[in-house]
Amino acid sequence: MATKAGIGVKARLEVEDLLYAYADCLDHGDINQWTDFFTEDCTYKLISKENWDLGLPLGTIFAEGRGGLLDRIASVTQTSVYHERALTHMISNTRVLGVEDGVMEITANYAVLETLPNQYTKILNSGRYLAKLVRAGDGAGEGLKIKELICVYDSALVPASIIYPV
Amino acid sequence: MATAAKTHNLADRKWPEQGVSRIPYWVYTDPAVYAREMEVIFGGASYNYIGLECEIPNPGDYRRCFVGDKPVIFLRDQDGDVNVIVNRCAHRGTKFCYAEHGNTSEFICPYHQWTYDLKGKLIGVPFRRGLNKQGGMPSDFKMADHGLDTLKVARRGGVIFASFDHSMPSLEDYLGANMVGYFDRVFDGRALKVLGYSRQRIRANWKVKFENLKDPYHASLLHVFLVSFGLFRADTPAKVEMDATGMHAVQVAQRGAQEATEGTSEMRAMQADLTLANPDMLKPYPEWASKGDATVVMQTIWPNLIVQQQSNTLAMRQIRTFSPEEFELHWTFFGYADDDEEMTLRRLRQANLMGPAGYVSIDDSEVMESAQSGVSPYPDSAAVLEMGGRGTEDAPHMVTEASIRAFYKHYIRVMGF
Repeated sequence: MATKAGIGVKARLEVEDLLYAYADCLDHGDINQWTDFFTEDCTYKLISKENWDLGLPLGTIFAEGRGGLLDRIASVTQTSVYHERALTHMISNTRVLGVEDGVMEITANYAVLETLPNQYTKILNSGRYLAKLVRAGDGAGEGLKIKELICVYDSALVPASIIYPV
Repeated sequence: MATAAKTHNLADRKWPEQGVSRIPYWVYTDPAVYAREMEVIFGGASYNYIGLECEIPNPGDYRRCFVGDKPVIFLRDQDGDVNVIVNRCAHRGTKFCYAEHGNTSEFICPYHQWTYDLKGKLIGVPFRRGLNKQGGMPSDFKMADHGLDTLKVARRGGVIFASFDHSMPSLEDYLGANMVGYFDRVFDGRALKVLGYSRQRIRANWKVKFENLKDPYHASLLHVFLVSFGLFRADTPAKVEMDATGMHAVQVAQRGAQEATEGTSEMRAMQADLTLANPDMLKPYPEWASKGDATVVMQTIWPNLIVQQQSNTLAMRQIRTFSPEEFELHWTFFGYADDDEEMTLRRLRQANLMGPAGYVSIDDSEVMESAQSGVSPYPDSAAVLEMGGRGTEDAPHMVTEASIRAFYKHYIRVMGF
């Protein structure tokens, strides 16, 4: 990783802004806007720590490019049969690890709380975001976009289903 | 959930007089039924799926798993043999192995450090001869009498099965020739490669999962994804077959076109205009073409295994039980050791169909929990299974519940109802 000069509180705040907006989109916003946080050629993977630590490639969700994300949204909005639920993301320990060739590597801890009708709130999924962020150029503004997001979750055991992306 | 579950004296439990076209809901809720299942099904005369040989390639390699709700360890010993031992110290019953997997030359219980070799033989008891001529085990204590319980192991095509019943016939006799044929279609002798694990805890009775994979009727109705893309749909060529006992079954089908037909008119799930923004996810490679026209074969092997072959996604789904109203579905996705990068990527992409976040499997997990919460308060009501008649014969189509009935034909016999 390149020098950490220039990576400080300001960068972390900017990353936190991105992650909080991302979480807000999934928790309370329009799921259709989820893709807007990513670059066209992005990769998204939700993977258990068990697989990650063993170097096994299987993702619980594996989406390639914006198309793959759109298909995941279609599952939520059009094709899957599931009970309605409320989600709450908690994100903490955001760290900017470094910047190299315009790619910022960051990590953050996350927890997703899920509430189903007539049930107590439970932790659906928790773990660590490992992300590569880039600046969107060419007139699209200077905002950060997600080029790669790997969500490594701690408990291999998932309660029933994961409907929404994490 | 589970509030209404009551234990009855099993002798008082009477199966509905209509036989296998009814399933009394107490089989999904009664702790006494569950206890007997653990004893006579998972703990009795059955071959339980344990794991894949490629998970323990080297001497000393081990991995934990479950037979029903009983923790066991499968391992490869120094002779290259595969053994399955219970994860319960012969001394005081302590679960001695905590790691999910690893490599070792012996197992040492942390409590009193009783030590076992890789065949389960007791090889060490601290202070066995006492200390300063005091204490110790009685002089007639025989180490040989206090090894770990072991299971009878059977292997075929790189797949490990085991039974608590050491008098079991061969795995081939247990499966029957037709089921062996379908099994060998996937496990054809090529070395396997694990792509990853997926685990989900579902609040439903374990049999609900087994029924789900013996129920092609639901697939054409519940699953928008399967139906719309023609992956598994009632109007495509398909069949359901069982072994002679009814305990094992296969669902076999060919992928159809994504178009509305006469057959899809009753399928509300059909979305003929559904498209994928990233169609790479569903682009199959015809790797089964030399073995017939089937593009999907789902095999259910009594009492805990579903072999999944849908297009190019392969997985072993192992049922682990926890209580009458909860089970774990443990998925081992795999490919072949000689798969190239493109084939591995294809399998990983298609894995999006399956697992806890699967485009198809989400529907099942959600519906199974709904089924359980529906039946749980009504143990004395019963399900009606008359689709495709009331018999248990093979069917050259999907519009049938015959293999669920066949499953219960065997279940009733084994459970003594």
